Amino acid sequence: MKKLLVLFLAVLMALSLTACSGGKDNEPTGETGKVYYLNFKPEADEAWQELAKKYTELTGVEVKVVTAASGNYETTLENELGKANPELTLFQLTNDGALAVYGDYCADWTGTAPYSEMTTHDFDLVKDGKTLGIGYCYECFGIIVNKKLLAEAGHDISEITNFETLKAVAEDIHSRAAELGFDAFTNAGLADSSSWRFSGHLITLPLHYEGVTAKGEIKGTYLNEFKNIWDLYLNNSATDPVANNTAGDEAEAEFGTGKAVFYQNGSWEYAALTGNYGMNPEDLQMIPIYCGHEGEEKAGLCSGSEAHWAISNLVSEADRNATIDFVNWVVTSDEGTTMMAEQFGPIPFKSAKEPANVFFAQANALLAQGNYNVSWAFNYTPAVNDFRAGLVTALRDYAQNGDWSVVETAFVSGWNNLYNQEAE
Amino acid sequence: MFKKKKANAPAVGAHRSKLITRPMRKMVWIFLIPTFLCFIIGFVWPFASGVYLSFCEFKLIREALFIPISKVKDVFVGFSNYVRALQDPSFRKAFFYTAEYAVASVLIINVISFFLAYLLTLKIKGSNIFRTVFFMPNLIGGIVLSYIWLLIFNGILIHYGTYLTENATFGFWGLIILMAWQQIGYMMIIYIAGFQSVSEEILEAARIDGATKWQTLFKVIVPNMMTTISVCMFLSLTNSFKLYDQNLALTAGAPVITTAEGTQIKMTEMLALNISSSFGKINAWAKGTAQAKAVIFFLLVAAISLIQLKVTRDKEVQQ
Repeated sequence: MKKLLVLFLAVLMALSLTACSGGKDNEPTGETGKVYYLNFKPEADEAWQELAKKYTELTGVEVKVVTAASGNYETTLENELGKANPELTLFQLTNDGALAVYGDYCADWTGTAPYSEMTTHDFDLVKDGKTLGIGYCYECFGIIVNKKLLAEAGHDISEITNFETLKAVAEDIHSRAAELGFDAFTNAGLADSSSWRFSGHLITLPLHYEGVTAKGEIKGTYLNEFKNIWDLYLNNSATDPVANNTAGDEAEAEFGTGKAVFYQNGSWEYAALTGNYGMNPEDLQMIPIYCGHEGEEKAGLCSGSEAHWAISNLVSEADRNATIDFVNWVVTSDEGTTMMAEQFGPIPFKSAKEPANVFFAQANALLAQGNYNVSWAFNYTPAVNDFRAGLVTALRDYAQNGDWSVVETAFVSGWNNLYNQEAE
Repeated sequence: MFKKKKANAPAVGAHRSKLITRPMRKMVWIFLIPTFLCFIIGFVWPFASGVYLSFCEFKLIREALFIPISKVKDVFVGFSNYVRALQDPSFRKAFFYTAEYAVASVLIINVISFFLAYLLTLKIKGSNIFRTVFFMPNLIGGIVLSYIWLLIFNGILIHYGTYLTENATFGFWGLIILMAWQQIGYMMIIYIAGFQSVSEEILEAARIDGATKWQTLFKVIVPNMMTTISVCMFLSLTNSFKLYDQNLALTAGAPVITTAEGTQIKMTEMLALNISSSFGKINAWAKGTAQAKAVIFFLLVAAISLIQLKVTRDKEVQQ
């Protein structure tokens, strides 16, 4: 018995020793590199795994795709890059903040095959003249309109061309809500699962109009326009503005089940609205968020990207080249582009396939008419989580006490203070 | 003579034979290895590297940890991380908030669980069912429990046109109620064991001497239970200081008040949450400073526990 125990322990010890040295056996051997991709969208995991398998079958190159658990992407990325022998070759940079932290570990895309396949470099992340992240897909948000309900209320979408007309239509519907059986806006809930629509996305309007295109201090010149649209949301929904703490799925359900005509959200909602709620794509239209800015009749949707591929410069050249080849295959091959269109919508590459999502077509139609894109200026928010939390508290305070100056302080002074802390 | 005696009692003596004890003494390290390895992997190594990292400036751990010794001087920044950590107003705020919370929760949890335990040792009918029921909340994980309580709190507060994260006072008492609900059952079980360990003779003597129920409780039972009380105080105090998941899930620091100068104050952020959120900053010094905060945090919790343990130990009655 004792011998057995000793044997067991000896084996255990031997195992733990080999485990310690295990990392060193995985040095890249020979010419063929390996691809190791850290995916950040759990919903796209299956599609990536399949694509990786197909690529390995075709070329024999090993492709490993790991998906970070929801909300844990940054931690996983940090751990992967922080390893003694980092093997990660491909990952995502979400925004400017991520570029600042991880930019040092990214290789330049300029001159690579996928880089020259791109149709626009508007969404790229550039630092010191080097393109370190390529925006491989983009999303758009605005006010999603249920055209069928709008018609029932006796209005047509062509009436809405600016803030004045949007307000008139919304207030008319809200005043007749009891009789119509539906309200104008879905609730503007400030619970965590919903508040990012405002503290994260809606703030892009005053920022864009102020001309924010890089990290820096802001003046808040157009904050009154932010107030216009926020007041409109608050006062024209079925929810009491004071007790405005509903979750995101409640707003989605309100819109999905035909309880509200307007819903501020983005292209990513398409699957839920047409799938879970069975809405007819033809009834859905996304219109620009109007907030009373001069000349906003020519506004388009808010399009931008939070998904940028970056290649690690911590791996061998063979691995890097293998990764570039893999990315190139994803954006040019039939299998790759089909998957990308299904999972990510339109991608800015020459061989991209047309996605079924109607919102992108609407975004492009507006741009084709000569409307301007409202940029994702919120990508330059300093210390995103802190800023958003501060703004949400202020918006709650405003709903309770009606003092807008609290929001101004949280927005402008809060932003500038956080920016200066980061610049320290 | 001695030897003979031993031979007469083989059941006790056989395993004391040198033939058996000598190889056992020799091989004892082999039996210690697994635990020791676990201890090194799970505690010593992370702790030592944590302390080391608190003196470094780094973005990725690899840049400070897996490097040749000659390069350490490039990342080593001395005590500047500690200076920054102690100068951080949000860290100080979180400390006082945590201390306030610890005082309130230790008192409430221990008083209530002590009296529950007292009631349940009075031989009431169905006391086993009560014990099980009171203990059950402890089996639910912190995050889940916090979300459930968040729903309950908001469900009540909505009738008054407000909600939990609206007001820092709600957040504070919300945390206390949540933690009391979770921990009282656990402490109660320990207190019950304490009550049962008070010997029947002492209680009988007290009865014969004509002590009232209250006198028996405070003059006889409590002094004899100081070991139990110190264990419970120790557990609830360190639990309060280490609180993280409940804080994160219930309030996450909200409300966040912005002062006129733009400084943001997280009204319900406790120490552990403050440390973890300072890891996420993008400044070059952020990670090292957060690491320094973690070391300060460890020293603080260790010191408080030791002092508290010493104070209650001194009050213990030797039986």
